[in-house]
Amino acid sequence: MALVEVSHLVKHFVRDGGLFRKGTLVKAVDDVSFTIEEGETFGLVGESGSGKTTTGRCMLRLIEPTSGEVRIRSENVLAFPRRRLRDARRDMQIVFQDPYSSLNPRMRARQIVEEPLIIHRLGDRLARRERVAELFHLVGLDVTHLERYPHQFSGGQRQRIGLARALALNPSFVILDEPVSALDVSVQAQVVNLLTDLQRQLKLTYLFIAHDLRLVEHICGRVAVMYLGKLVEMGAAASLFAAPQHAYTRALLSAIPIPDPDAPRTRIVLDPALVNRDAPLREVAAGHWAAI
Amino acid sequence: MSDPLLSVQNLTTIFDLPAGPAPAVDDVSFEIRTGETLGLVGESGSGKSVTALSIMRLVQPPGRIARGSLRFKGRELLALPESEMRKVRGADIALIFQEPMTALNPVFTVGDQIAETLLVHDRATRRDANAKAVELLDAVRIPDAASRVNDYPHQLSGGMRQRVLIAMAIACRPALVIADEPTTALDVTIQAQILDLLREMKSAFNLSLLLITHDLGVIAETADRVAVMYAGRIVEEGPVRAIFGEPKHPYTRGLLASIPGGVPGQRLRAIEGTVPMLGALPPGCAFNPRCPDRFEPCTSAPPPEFTVGSDHGTRCYLYDTARLKPDNRQSTIANLRSPIDDRKS
Repeated sequence: MALVEVSHLVKHFVRDGGLFRKGTLVKAVDDVSFTIEEGETFGLVGESGSGKTTTGRCMLRLIEPTSGEVRIRSENVLAFPRRRLRDARRDMQIVFQDPYSSLNPRMRARQIVEEPLIIHRLGDRLARRERVAELFHLVGLDVTHLERYPHQFSGGQRQRIGLARALALNPSFVILDEPVSALDVSVQAQVVNLLTDLQRQLKLTYLFIAHDLRLVEHICGRVAVMYLGKLVEMGAAASLFAAPQHAYTRALLSAIPIPDPDAPRTRIVLDPALVNRDAPLREVAAGHWAAI
Repeated sequence: MSDPLLSVQNLTTIFDLPAGPAPAVDDVSFEIRTGETLGLVGESGSGKSVTALSIMRLVQPPGRIARGSLRFKGRELLALPESEMRKVRGADIALIFQEPMTALNPVFTVGDQIAETLLVHDRATRRDANAKAVELLDAVRIPDAASRVNDYPHQLSGGMRQRVLIAMAIACRPALVIADEPTTALDVTIQAQILDLLREMKSAFNLSLLLITHDLGVIAETADRVAVMYAGRIVEEGPVRAIFGEPKHPYTRGLLASIPGGVPGQRLRAIEGTVPMLGALPPGCAFNPRCPDRFEPCTSAPPPEFTVGSDHGTRCYLYDTARLKPDNRQSTIANLRSPIDDRKS
């Protein structure tokens, strides 16, 4: 069953507008639709400016979308009034890319993880303390470090704090916006393993937003490729990586550096003029869609 | 074999922190030969950028070069007076920084900035500097160079800015270009273009390249030889095929094994623990707290370099043939699994 359904999501920004100047309209997210099945990891890939982060933020209404629908368990989040939205957010959380700027430097680790419980008025002091210790344990943090400040933790540990905070309210759906790209190479794999372990343990559904295609191929069941605000290709990771159909996907895959000096390399360069921006997604193979 | 273009010997750069002196670069030695690309791999805090700044003698206090030798074309750079060193920077050795927006001056056109490089080193007159700037922009494949030369940095995309920095770097035909994470801030398709351009410039101008990066994929595509840095020290150095095909140091092996690949959905082979902080290095080999193959000598003293193959060395006691009895050593080595083989199977 689909846990999350995004249909015809649109977000337009006005750029360079001023008091007397008409700005230009940027279609950051331009009619994007996809569904995420319960328990799966759905990858959303694209380069900077493709609209992947904006899509994630619109789904939680951290940015208000221009139009469209985002349904979780068949209920349209975009139609929720404020109070209802706050309740809905217990079930859908986000982990941000940069663990250096996304944690309040003046709060102790315990307070950062506890804050969502206070906002949602869950449990008394003692129950909250217990829950925070449990979450620390869950993400592999040392409970003797509860009273430390973010700067006393390494990047990988900080991302674990962000994850503990996101999991505090027992969500079923978590948006991971480039969760490891700011981390050291030798630490990335630890955090990725933690994410997959937690998914199994807590039956989480992930939207994994990333530009690291090797990682997306490894952990995502299905993948959608975004280019200039639109989805240009979507399908099972195995099928999409083995037989990319859209010119942009091909160019993107051919640009990944391969960590093997003897690997054959053919660089495919995209000619933007040859991309038909208005082509709709059509099914090119079972469950594999491309805008060609 | 011909003399190396640059020979770095026992370079040690110390930062005088409130807690005491901390070696950001600790007894680092390597050579770069003419026309060769040396890839320097390491994580943040490994000392790879401080190594680059040390070669340029641009380390700022509280950092200082404490020991070592930097021989470039037979001259000792550490013995040069500052006025002579200034002539070397840009003209003989050029540096390309990671972040193209902060490396360019926002209030001058890119043409002015390239012209300045040429004028400072007397490679152009005021009259022909602009024309030469256009030529250089053209050489780094910036379309419509004649009008782009009048653009300010903010008018260019990230990839174009990085091309401008490459144009500035090659302006005086240096023998050595140091590129510090030249593609880290860029998207993967732009990164591919910039790497292609660097390769092209290297053969067109017979450059030697010191490429600093944390990305093993970038190293595999560009480097002839590789040096792996960890916590200020070079832990392994060798030809690119040896490093990727037969990595010896447990850190190098761990890095290669942790790259996503193999069976989708399977757990990645992570290196446990975290990178140590500068000034709080563990005794002995700095990698020992994270090392799966740690044994008794590892905590005693930093290992010296052991030869493990042709032109291939590593600082790891596992390869100390004098210390270990042959049969003992065999079993230790046999217990190591090759990450490369595992990924292919």
